[in-house]
Amino acid sequence: MIFRFRQPSVLPGFGLTLGFTLGYLGLIVLIPLAMAFTQAFHLSWDQFWRTVTAPRVLASYRLTFGAAFLAATINTGFGFIVAWVLVRYPFPGKRLVDALVDLPFALPTAVAGITLAAIYSSNGWIGHALEPLGMKIAFTPLGVIVALVFISLPFVVRTVQPVLEDLEAEVEEAAASLGADRWQIFWRVLFPAIRPALLTGFTLAFARAIGEYGSVIFIAGNLPMVSEITPLLIVSKLEQYDYSGAAAVSVVMLVISFLLLLLINLLQRWSRIQRGWETVI
Amino acid sequence: MNSSLHPGPASLANSEPPFIRRLLLAVALIFLTLFLFVPLAAVFYEALRKGVGVYLAAITDPYALDAIRLTLLSAAIAVPLNVIFGVSAAWAIAKFEFYGKSMLITLIDLPFAVSPVIAGLIYVLLFGAQGWLGPWLTGHGIKIIFAVPGIVLATVFVTVPFIARELIPLMQAQGTEEEEAAMVLGASGWLTFWRITLPNIKWGLLYGVVLCTARAMGEFGAVSVVSGHIRGLTNTLPLHVEILYNEYQFAATFACASLLTLLALVMLALKALIERHTLRQRRIAISGESI
Amino acid sequence: MSIDIQGLYKRFGHFVALDGINLTIPAGQLVALLGPSGCGKTTLLRIIAGLETADRGQILFNGEDASRRQVQDRQVGFVFQHYALFQHMSVFENVAFGLRVRPRACRPSDAQIRDKVQTLLELVQLSWVANRYPSQLSGGQRQRIALARALAVEPQVLLLDEPFGALDTKVRKELRRWLRRLHDDLHITSVFVTHDQEEALEVADQIVVMNRGCIEQMGSPQEVYDAPATPFVYQFLGNINLFHSRVHAGWAKVGGLRVQVPEHDDAEYAPAMAYVRPHDIDVLREPEDGDTTLPATISRVSLLGSLVRLELTQAPSGEIAEVEMTRERYLADPLQAGDLVFVKPRQLRVFLYDNSRAGSPVPMRWSGDGDGI
Repeated sequence: MIFRFRQPSVLPGFGLTLGFTLGYLGLIVLIPLAMAFTQAFHLSWDQFWRTVTAPRVLASYRLTFGAAFLAATINTGFGFIVAWVLVRYPFPGKRLVDALVDLPFALPTAVAGITLAAIYSSNGWIGHALEPLGMKIAFTPLGVIVALVFISLPFVVRTVQPVLEDLEAEVEEAAASLGADRWQIFWRVLFPAIRPALLTGFTLAFARAIGEYGSVIFIAGNLPMVSEITPLLIVSKLEQYDYSGAAAVSVVMLVISFLLLLLINLLQRWSRIQRGWETVI
Repeated sequence: MNSSLHPGPASLANSEPPFIRRLLLAVALIFLTLFLFVPLAAVFYEALRKGVGVYLAAITDPYALDAIRLTLLSAAIAVPLNVIFGVSAAWAIAKFEFYGKSMLITLIDLPFAVSPVIAGLIYVLLFGAQGWLGPWLTGHGIKIIFAVPGIVLATVFVTVPFIARELIPLMQAQGTEEEEAAMVLGASGWLTFWRITLPNIKWGLLYGVVLCTARAMGEFGAVSVVSGHIRGLTNTLPLHVEILYNEYQFAATFACASLLTLLALVMLALKALIERHTLRQRRIAISGESI
Repeated sequence: MSIDIQGLYKRFGHFVALDGINLTIPAGQLVALLGPSGCGKTTLLRIIAGLETADRGQILFNGEDASRRQVQDRQVGFVFQHYALFQHMSVFENVAFGLRVRPRACRPSDAQIRDKVQTLLELVQLSWVANRYPSQLSGGQRQRIALARALAVEPQVLLLDEPFGALDTKVRKELRRWLRRLHDDLHITSVFVTHDQEEALEVADQIVVMNRGCIEQMGSPQEVYDAPATPFVYQFLGNINLFHSRVHAGWAKVGGLRVQVPEHDDAEYAPAMAYVRPHDIDVLREPEDGDTTLPATISRVSLLGSLVRLELTQAPSGEIAEVEMTRERYLADPLQAGDLVFVKPRQLRVFLYDNSRAGSPVPMRWSGDGDGI
């Protein structure tokens, strides 16, 4: 067949808008991002490998990915309950609570960081209460998790909420009429419908938490090998003018982020197929 | 996105026993209290702890005012740029069929997946003194890194997807029939855009602008890397907060933080208003179908 | 204005939407493009409007090539399937839009626009909704406003894409008659797309039956119904009975029945299909002399208001046939299920297999909404 880049249309402006879009993306996003790769490849493969697998760097990966994973897991559980409650149960102040769920998206991360550090430190409101139990949160790896839970809190809620809203009551009623009890209805009817959204929310939260910087550095304590996250490591390499080292570690993070982005897209597509919006091609 | 058209359980068959409902509600509210409400209250408590005088002094400090000005300036540049980008990308993606469309959508999302620190780093690598264009820029006396242009660029980078993401699904759902109808009636392309498309997407656009503005004003990581933290020159309000914090001026820190928090709350309120408006429109549209 | 379409060809990816369309639409007529989903009728309409471009072929408006003319300059009125009313404009502004976007030099004054819109709203009997918004109108009202909007620019041609597709049956029927009357008043060359044969038969002056990107037949409603040119048209318009048949030297044999088919004089033992309309069959109690009747058993009798439908099973083959007759005729001699009868087709068309392009020889009734192409 004749290869055609696009289907013809009477609407004008395709060339202009696509050209501008690609140019803008290229200049603002793609070319600068390519710089990280070219800079990293100033290093020989050996140097690159040594840089990205140095003990301090490895420790930072462990903390960053471990804390991000835990935070995303915590948010998946609680975010699901929050979404469920917001969609299904009436309670006073619901609209306000619903609006405030987005606060972590709107609040500057630095503000989140200093505030969490203040309340979870040993003389803060919550830290004070936890200290007799022997739990220290601020300036420990636990603090990192707290900060990441905060900044990635809305993702699961906001991906699960619309799916819960769209669920038709008839489906549950049908299940009930067929003799299923509440628990069976939940596990066999509701949960499978929500699962893709839950997974998408988890992945989004995870991806966001990996890259987080602003909130974490205030509450983490930033001890190398203990509570130093990878983005901070990149910044400190940069401050020592170790551009190639910073770029090398960035490349590792970028590749992981791209893979996650790909996964998110696949998941979203899968959930659309599950909900019958799109057919498998 | 957050209010249901048919709220609450539809029938008795679908509701849990009361103690389970109360338990779930309690779990959700305790979680939100620990991670959302307490921090929110703490910002204002800490800000006003030393009295209103200290608070006012902190936010009228010349450096604070400079930081506010720079924050507003970078948002005032980044948001319009991303509005043009978002509208243009959404027009190309939603109104036309072409190869590589889903790839393009993924690329637009890319800045969301990149750590803000890396966003800052890549501009340093490109424009910094030792960067690719560094020598040329120095030769021509242009300063980008550790200067205002770098801050604007970093802000633009992290906010690229916001408006496009709102508009693409909206315009895809609206299709092209109204535009085609306008063109059959003799309207030119521009006229069709201004008179038909823009009014149809204005609420979605506004929504995107609110999200974009909130992020642009609050961005910390990317801006921090390219700023150089020069007081009065390259400090945005979030960076100013950091400096005050590191100097142990907690009251002033939280005073400035409370400004940013207020801003965030205003954005959330605007967002909720827009959501309510679009929901109402959707309801009208749905009830209109059934006349 | 007359429209001449010459050798139109259009493909979407691998899908051939239009495969060499030649068609003349005479000035002042109301023409229906009729066909199943995906037959290319909407694509043809959109190409006439200038909303799509053909890969090959020409469109002449009054003998003048319009293929290169932009959609804005074609002077067509287009009514979209889902109306495409501008949601953010009042009904008045919707109708006025085409006048307001004219270049300043030929734009009417505000007063003229007001008069014109008022006249049009009266024409569609909706002057009382001028200040409402499209979302506040019913489907039928939206449809009429869409029509008023299309007429505001005084088009040379009016094109309607499934104009009644999204409406319920009652409103549909009303609007159908209303459109016919409107056309009789305005005499503007009009083309509308439909998949509903009843709609086409009732409203149109001429029907163009399309299938798989080709035109099967064009003619008046009576012509296409009474003298279908192809098996497809036979099956698409109205109900039919199909009988397996064999044709030899100008005679078709259907079961025990022999029918003369002079058009197939040179066929030799060729397999064929015989098409009979349910109302073109006589049901007799006794066989006639010669091979003019077929024995069958009545398996079911349904009284459908003014019509009675009999379901017959042919004795040897087990093939099922449907017969329709008027109520009076049935009551004159009420047949019962189980009765042995003899059927006699009054009119029967035979198509040889090899020149039948209709595909599966199964009676089909098309339904569905829009063809989406």
